[in-house]
Amino acid sequence: MAMIEFKNVSKWYGSFQVLKDCTTQVEKGEVIVVCGPSGSGKSTLIKCVNGLEPFQSGSLIVNGQSVGDKATNLPQLRAKIGMVFQNFELFPHMNVTANLNLAQVKVLGRGVEEATAKSHALLRRVGLIDHAQKFPGQLSGGQQQRVSIARALAMDPIAMLFDEPTSALDPEMINEVLDVMVELAQEGMTMMCVTHEMGFARKVAHRVIFMDRGEIVEDATKNDFFGTPRSERAQQFLSKILHH
Amino acid sequence: MFSAFDFDVIQRALPYLWQGMTTTLWLTLLAMVGGIVLGTLLALMRLSSIKIISVPAGIYVNLLRATPLILVIFWFYFLVPIAVKHISGDSYAQGIGPFYSALIAFTLFEAAYYCEIIRAGIQSVPAGQVNAGYALGLTYQQTTRLVVLPQAFRNMVPILLTQGIILFQDTSLVYVVGLTDFMGAASKVAQRDGRLVEMYLFAALIYFILCFLASYVVRRLQLRITPPR
Amino acid sequence: MDFGFLTQPAFSGGGTYLDWVISGVKWTLLVSLCAWVIAFTIGSVLGVMRTTRVAWLYGPATAYVELFRNIPLLVHMFIWYFVVPEIVPNTLGTWMKQGMPMPEFWSAVLALGFYTASRVAEQVRSGIQSIPRGQTHAALATGLTMPQVYRHLLLPMGYRIVIPPLTSEFLTIFKNSSVALTIGVLELTAQARTISEYTFRTFEIFTLATVVYVLITMAVVVVMQLLERRVQVPGYIGTGK
Repeated sequence: MAMIEFKNVSKWYGSFQVLKDCTTQVEKGEVIVVCGPSGSGKSTLIKCVNGLEPFQSGSLIVNGQSVGDKATNLPQLRAKIGMVFQNFELFPHMNVTANLNLAQVKVLGRGVEEATAKSHALLRRVGLIDHAQKFPGQLSGGQQQRVSIARALAMDPIAMLFDEPTSALDPEMINEVLDVMVELAQEGMTMMCVTHEMGFARKVAHRVIFMDRGEIVEDATKNDFFGTPRSERAQQFLSKILHH
Repeated sequence: MFSAFDFDVIQRALPYLWQGMTTTLWLTLLAMVGGIVLGTLLALMRLSSIKIISVPAGIYVNLLRATPLILVIFWFYFLVPIAVKHISGDSYAQGIGPFYSALIAFTLFEAAYYCEIIRAGIQSVPAGQVNAGYALGLTYQQTTRLVVLPQAFRNMVPILLTQGIILFQDTSLVYVVGLTDFMGAASKVAQRDGRLVEMYLFAALIYFILCFLASYVVRRLQLRITPPR
Repeated sequence: MDFGFLTQPAFSGGGTYLDWVISGVKWTLLVSLCAWVIAFTIGSVLGVMRTTRVAWLYGPATAYVELFRNIPLLVHMFIWYFVVPEIVPNTLGTWMKQGMPMPEFWSAVLALGFYTASRVAEQVRSGIQSIPRGQTHAALATGLTMPQVYRHLLLPMGYRIVIPPLTSEFLTIFKNSSVALTIGVLELTAQARTISEYTFRTFEIFTLATVVYVLITMAVVVVMQLLERRVQVPGYIGTGK
């Protein structure tokens, strides 16, 4: 069974449809890149996976649990799915270690010492152990985003969601974040990434999903997508994005 | 319990209460207009780079904002007759009456609050707008009058009106100098007829309805000026 | 200006007029601080209730805020002092009128406290709502429940954000405590007026009262600035980022 399975998922804001019959799946260990013009619904799509965005029709099964089902324990499910946000969303009133510890202690019930050891190990891994006691506001954007990846990994997630993780970053900081993501992908993490970084897609993605106006227009293997995109909209999008 | 209530007393007092309400409304309206005009002047003074202009305005505003309104009303009730005698040079001159004393007190008091609202509004206009005005060859006065203030006031309209609603409620405090505004009228009837419960609950109801409707209108206006995102 | 009259024996009570002033300051502080305890507690709870999406939480809280802030404080004072004892059950009403100690004081505290609670609630609500939604999403995404998100993120950040507006509410409560004179609490403004009637030293005594209010304001501002600095978040609020 697929780890994440969308079946005809639709979502409306009032009368405006933001997701139209979206159907796709993510297997364990797969890396999926979701791209498309702004307002195409790609962020909304991945926020459905951990129930941050509710949807009105269709079904979405994550790790065997139905996300739309009222009986599903969302906090429990979310604890297993890591998420990284466009604007980092570190908690500004807590230092870096406390940011990583919070959910480990409050959700997983780890002791503070165990959590701190885990946090420090992850900070070492993303190269930020020297900043463990700093506050988010004292770090650069790239550093904040690496901390936020570490925060998600601290929960030992079975899959990771990335919502435009590099689009709020200055150009010189993009690579330090992408390097961490590439490493994760190569270790076999299941990943669903909304991003315009086509270099990243070429390097590690298994499949690319192209969305436009709330629809999944293209859902193809990496080679098919970059070789011969079938839809005209995807071709246009690719030519725009690759030409600068 | 409610059987002991006498609602007739309200009906009989209605003409008198309405008279009080006209006093309340005039006081609110005049003090609001005066307060905004004076407040704008104070705001421009506070934003001036010339110390002898900005410092006195700052002291005035902070002094009034630190003083309770009732004390300010007492101050002017005491000072205005003295000032009138001084200005007219006639030591037997009559005062100008509690209404005008109160009006002066409210205008000068509210001006301090309006000043801070308007100052914030002016500062919310991006500096680039001022530079663009200067770049076109406009003078400081022209830039202020034609570029800054129109934008500032547009953003501020809801807050200025909200302050007006607060002023409307505050005018009830003229009770302390015996002026017969709406609350003064209600309380005089209440004391005279021994009907405190009915009159005060009725006064509360009227204030509530008027302020609630007014703030609803302000909220609608605010949505039109700044659409929600 | 001649403040010599302050040391003269007062018209009644055995002390000097300065003693009257000091007693006025005492009642101003007592009314304000007691009312603040009510305003801060109830206002915080109501403000948080208004930020939830649970109808039976935000509905009553919204009704409270609308009801209390749309009626002038003076009317609140009169209702607590004159009306409430008449409309509560008989035994309680009789006790409030005859047995309860310092009825003016407690009516003033309740009126000022419950009134200010509606203003505090609005400040707390807007503080919490000014925290970007992404922050809540990030906290939920790690598996925290909504109550945990409030406990660890929205309340700690929200209260830091509302310190400046709450300071101004705290100052307002001192100034508004003067409305208590309408139901007979002899706080600072009432004492100033009474002394002016006995001594005709109106200018001096009003000046003194005004100076005391300004000093209270300055003291509160200094204390709140210290508090603000203590809880400051590095790289964020107030550090010029």
